[in-house]
Amino acid sequence: MGIDFIIAAIITVVGLATPILLAGLGELVVEKSGVLNLGVEGMMLVGAISGFAVTVYTFNPWFGVLGAAAGGALASLLFGVLVLQLNSNQVATGLALTIFGTGISSLMGLSFTGRIVVPFLSVFPDALAKHEYLQLIFGYSPIVYFALIMVPLTTWFLKSTRAGLILRAVGENDLSAHSIGYSVIKVRYAAIAFGGAMAGIGGCYFSMVITPMWAEKMTAGRGWIALALVVFAGWRTGRLLAGAYFFGILMALELYAKASGFSFLPSQFWAAMPYAMTVVALSFISSRGTAGANAPACLGKPFLPST
Amino acid sequence: MRLKLEKRREPSLAMLVATPIASVILTMLIGIVVFDLLGIKGFKAVVDIFLSPLLASYKWQDVALKAAPLIIIALGLSMGNRAQVWNIGAEGQYVIGALCSAGMGMAFGQSGGFLVVLLMIAAGVVGGGLWAAVPAWLRTKYNVNEILSSLMLTYVSFQVLGYLVGGPWKDPNGRNFPATAPLADAQTLPVWPESTVHLGVLIALILPFVFWVIMARSEFGYQVRVVGSSATAARHGGFDSKRTIWATMIIGGAMAGLAGGLEFLGVLHKIDLGFASGYGFTAIIVAFLGRLNPFGCLIAGIVLAVTYVGGQMAQTSVHIPNSTAGIFQAMMLFFILASDILVRYRIRVIPSAKAAGV
Repeated sequence: MGIDFIIAAIITVVGLATPILLAGLGELVVEKSGVLNLGVEGMMLVGAISGFAVTVYTFNPWFGVLGAAAGGALASLLFGVLVLQLNSNQVATGLALTIFGTGISSLMGLSFTGRIVVPFLSVFPDALAKHEYLQLIFGYSPIVYFALIMVPLTTWFLKSTRAGLILRAVGENDLSAHSIGYSVIKVRYAAIAFGGAMAGIGGCYFSMVITPMWAEKMTAGRGWIALALVVFAGWRTGRLLAGAYFFGILMALELYAKASGFSFLPSQFWAAMPYAMTVVALSFISSRGTAGANAPACLGKPFLPST
Repeated sequence: MRLKLEKRREPSLAMLVATPIASVILTMLIGIVVFDLLGIKGFKAVVDIFLSPLLASYKWQDVALKAAPLIIIALGLSMGNRAQVWNIGAEGQYVIGALCSAGMGMAFGQSGGFLVVLLMIAAGVVGGGLWAAVPAWLRTKYNVNEILSSLMLTYVSFQVLGYLVGGPWKDPNGRNFPATAPLADAQTLPVWPESTVHLGVLIALILPFVFWVIMARSEFGYQVRVVGSSATAARHGGFDSKRTIWATMIIGGAMAGLAGGLEFLGVLHKIDLGFASGYGFTAIIVAFLGRLNPFGCLIAGIVLAVTYVGGQMAQTSVHIPNSTAGIFQAMMLFFILASDILVRYRIRVIPSAKAAGV
């Protein structure tokens, strides 16, 4: 096993981990506010086509990323209105968002099929970005660094800021937060929009960095892996980062097993691992009861103030 | 002037019936506008998707074939939802059910007949039920959220399918294509003469009555409704909510497994990588659109099946992607979920202080 192979493997894992890290971070904040949005896959697809479309028109991938964030956030607000304003069932509304996002992205993408954009690659000079070893540090798309920076930022926001504290309070006990005067609805809107924007950026990684072109359903179920990741990480940002790269390794093993046609385990085993391990992790987290668990107490429950 | 919501003492029966119908009509109207804005002939698209399959009699059997699995799965899911048990892994239970049917069929080689077919269907029911028993066990034993666990297991099931049809169960005469060998004729479901309508359609028509009797007339149905409305009331009434979780999860899985087995024996006759076609997820829409009522599920299943068939028709007639039907299905679900509030609340118009004060 040569050094080239190891370098290529690391770059593959980073590429696989980045979209689920972004979408997972967003969903973690949403769930911390007490809302379960199962529409991640749909928001990622809307982000993928929005980012691609904006890049096609503006020739500027930075605007493309903003477009992806806006697209994802807009899609998430559809979910927000239903869940927060009309108290609809979160599970069903999230699934509807995924079905909707899949459909609307295909429709929006009709006129973009077959077009390509310049891939949104490293902004560092070639001497660094294409260097045999230094590419491991400098060779990635800006989206990769953005995802990594967002991990400590989100941790800091949730743990050390007033707004983060309020957000967690709303997710832990919405009625108490409401009774001491915080707007549960506003906090959750903000969290949902953030989750949508992050999922959108995660989605555009597929259409603007990996391929870089648009294809129907191109996120290929990664939105569900992102959802699994949040649970797998036990709603902790540090573990989410580790989990994203761990899942990235599993996905890379799947690709390797598929491509080489030989591995001591079938590719489907690796593909199933993120989900199976999430179920196991979830069982551990849940069996410890509320004391050890970091799961928000109000997750998925509608907010129904008596007044 | 402002609007105020008042909680109704009883859910409004009129709204319960009116809102699904309004949702479908609103979806059609908004569909026309949105598609026109997108530069597609909106009216034609909506007519093609929602009405053409009903007007063209040769499409009826397609609608029936698509409606059958949706109705069967939705019946099981609505029973769980009534008890506040959220099984969203029906797609996986459907897949495992079909695989179990296939495995049972293989055990009999080429021989078939009534008993073999019955055993194959039974294997599907048992397989789907067992796959759903995992989230039920995790929920009752470790308090694991069944929404997440049943969903995760769905993605595990896809890989089980991929492994089996690409490995041990791959058709040796299939030009290396990952799929099982086609079923022997003796192992397929009986079909109505000169059509493609199989026995499963009849089952889908009978089951709503069975579920209605269980839900409305049996003690078990009563228990499900009590557990769903209030866990405390159920405890006081001496009902074991854990038993209800077990029962409704397994019934939901068994129905999905039944649907998977019937689809395999009645329509596809082989399992390939495209076998999971989303019925398990769409059935969740059916359950909601049908207001968790067995007969509601029957009607909603037909409506959703029409959009599937119509979506395929519109693909060739107005050149819109097949996924457009998905947009309409999601819109219907959005509307039905949004209008849920009208069932439980009454909207009062309160005149503004200025107008009232003078």
